[in-house]
Amino acid sequence: MTETATQIFRDSASDQGFRAKWWTGRLLIYGLLIFWAIVALFPIYWTISTSFKMAPDVMRGSLVPWWDFQPKWLGWKSLGLSPETIGQPSTVRSEFLRRFWNSAIISVTSSVLAVALGSLAAYGLSRFSYKFLWMKNADISFFFLSQLILPPVVLALPFLVLYKELGLLDTQIGLIILYTLSVLPIVIWIMRDQFAGIPTELEEAAMVDGQTIWGAYLTIILPIALPGMVAALILSLVLTWNEYFFAALLTSTYANTLPVMVASQTGSQGISWWSMAALSFAAILPLIIIGIGLERFIIKGMAAGAVK
Amino acid sequence: MSEGDLLHVVETDNIGPARRSFGLALIWGSPLVLALVALAQILQTFGGMDFGFENWRPTLYAYVFYAVCLCWGQVLVKGEQGKRILFVLPAALFVVSMTIFPLLFGLIIAFSSWNLSSPDGRQFNGMANLIHMWNDPFYWNALTNMIWYVLAILPEYVVAFALALMLNSEIRARKFFRVAFLMPLMLSPVAVSWMVGKSMMETRFGPLATLAKHLGWSNPTFFSTPWLAKTTIMLMDAWTFIPFMMIMILAGLQAIPKELQEAARVDGATGWRAFWEVTFPLMLPVSITSVLIRLIFKLKLADIVINVTSGGPGGATDTVTSFIFREYRDRSNVGYGTMLAMVYLVIIIVVMTLLMKAADRFMKSSY
Repeated sequence: MTETATQIFRDSASDQGFRAKWWTGRLLIYGLLIFWAIVALFPIYWTISTSFKMAPDVMRGSLVPWWDFQPKWLGWKSLGLSPETIGQPSTVRSEFLRRFWNSAIISVTSSVLAVALGSLAAYGLSRFSYKFLWMKNADISFFFLSQLILPPVVLALPFLVLYKELGLLDTQIGLIILYTLSVLPIVIWIMRDQFAGIPTELEEAAMVDGQTIWGAYLTIILPIALPGMVAALILSLVLTWNEYFFAALLTSTYANTLPVMVASQTGSQGISWWSMAALSFAAILPLIIIGIGLERFIIKGMAAGAVK
Repeated sequence: MSEGDLLHVVETDNIGPARRSFGLALIWGSPLVLALVALAQILQTFGGMDFGFENWRPTLYAYVFYAVCLCWGQVLVKGEQGKRILFVLPAALFVVSMTIFPLLFGLIIAFSSWNLSSPDGRQFNGMANLIHMWNDPFYWNALTNMIWYVLAILPEYVVAFALALMLNSEIRARKFFRVAFLMPLMLSPVAVSWMVGKSMMETRFGPLATLAKHLGWSNPTFFSTPWLAKTTIMLMDAWTFIPFMMIMILAGLQAIPKELQEAARVDGATGWRAFWEVTFPLMLPVSITSVLIRLIFKLKLADIVINVTSGGPGGATDTVTSFIFREYRDRSNVGYGTMLAMVYLVIIIVVMTLLMKAADRFMKSSY
């Protein structure tokens, strides 16, 4: 049986051709994938490696450590973060850490606030029908989402004047509420999708058992919607951590965030490549870690709304 | 949109007259407090009376107090219905007070000359800003640039679609490629401006310049001529945001039922035809969404321009946002900058509304 089978099902010439085509297809796909992976990752590699280079290595355009240049802690030393300098007091390091801390507090607080406010609103809009003046649910949703279109530059100058009058210029709280505003539409966009996928029978059952609507929301719905909330939180974190425009306009000395520090160093001629590379890398490192560790959630967040 | 709630709640409200009147007192009393504080502040600013306020913060606190009382009062007066309102009210109050009020305030600023560093303060100057804008070649130049930047979305979309198709095909190490492709989106545009724009494109020893030299470009200066600079900025921006479109398209691809593609294959549609006649039409709604969202982000493009070229050479890379940013930095005139921003907002709203209407009609006609 098997002998005849092999005889009958022999690869014909056309099948051989198909195999060859399949292999070239594979090769092409992997070639393109690897090419784009290099395009996406090389700048990061270049920044890391430059932070360990010395001036001649930079001039030569060396790329591979230990092979065409000897890694040194030069860039990190200038930030006060190399092994020798980590124990000693360093003004640059304390400056850097202060900016880092500012960025962390501002982005985390505003993201948490936006997720809290946004998921409440999205839940309400997905469950109840509201009427405010002429606005029904669809209009209210559209009102929230339309904030996404508003370019930051329109709000920037009025806020500059308002904050000056309110004494909120150069404060963390000032940036926090602005950032909350700027990511709120995205959070509502993601969470609306989440809540629409949760059947209302769940809360109905909970309320039959004597829960109030807020109790049902907090104990039943929130745990189910948690993955979506994490996705929204992480997307907000990425956007707020990287925000530059408002921070550059509204802060000067006290509440500067990390992007403002990086930008101010770029302009000055005196600063050297290796310390700039170390600074840039330190600024992007938290997000690289988040990107690798929580990629699943980021993709989930961005895919929300794409597929209905 | 159907009438009525999706979630039905049995209302067992038992609101006594005392609770009700307390709630009403909160709702109507707190704006009174706000009005009193605001009045005191206005009197101090314009009327010369001194209440000892250093800045306008007391009014802000009074406003927050009012917002809290309004939310609480809803529950007290309306019971179960109020608890539902409480879901949306905080976000709505927040957004309204953070956008509508500054926008109205911005309208006042837009029609005045206001140099923040001069002691004169705000001076109403009517249409002067508008006329100045009309005759400002740099603003029109920035607007034209925006058209080019927006057109660059189409090639970005093609690349993103190709990447998504590759990620969706049968490959090994998919997770690695997905994380690698996603990376540029995570990086701060400011860091990217240095990493790519300032160091990798450095004429003497940046790796991209070296590569260009090997490819036969003897003097690789990426920002020397207007079009070269514009293209470079477009490429850097595309590098950051292609992953965003890619992920959305990938999600769309994964939602297509496998049976459809198999059916197409059985019917004899191979590769290219199957893509154009099955996959692509199915992907149209997702494509339109992703392009529209990308467009929204593109209209905010500024960080890279501010940090790499600051608009140069000769305004060739200016976006509206970066132009207004520099306009404010150089002259610290908030009035003119706000007018420019307001005009930009009007243009954006008109264009986006038209686009969304067109997309809507297009989608309806195709099904």
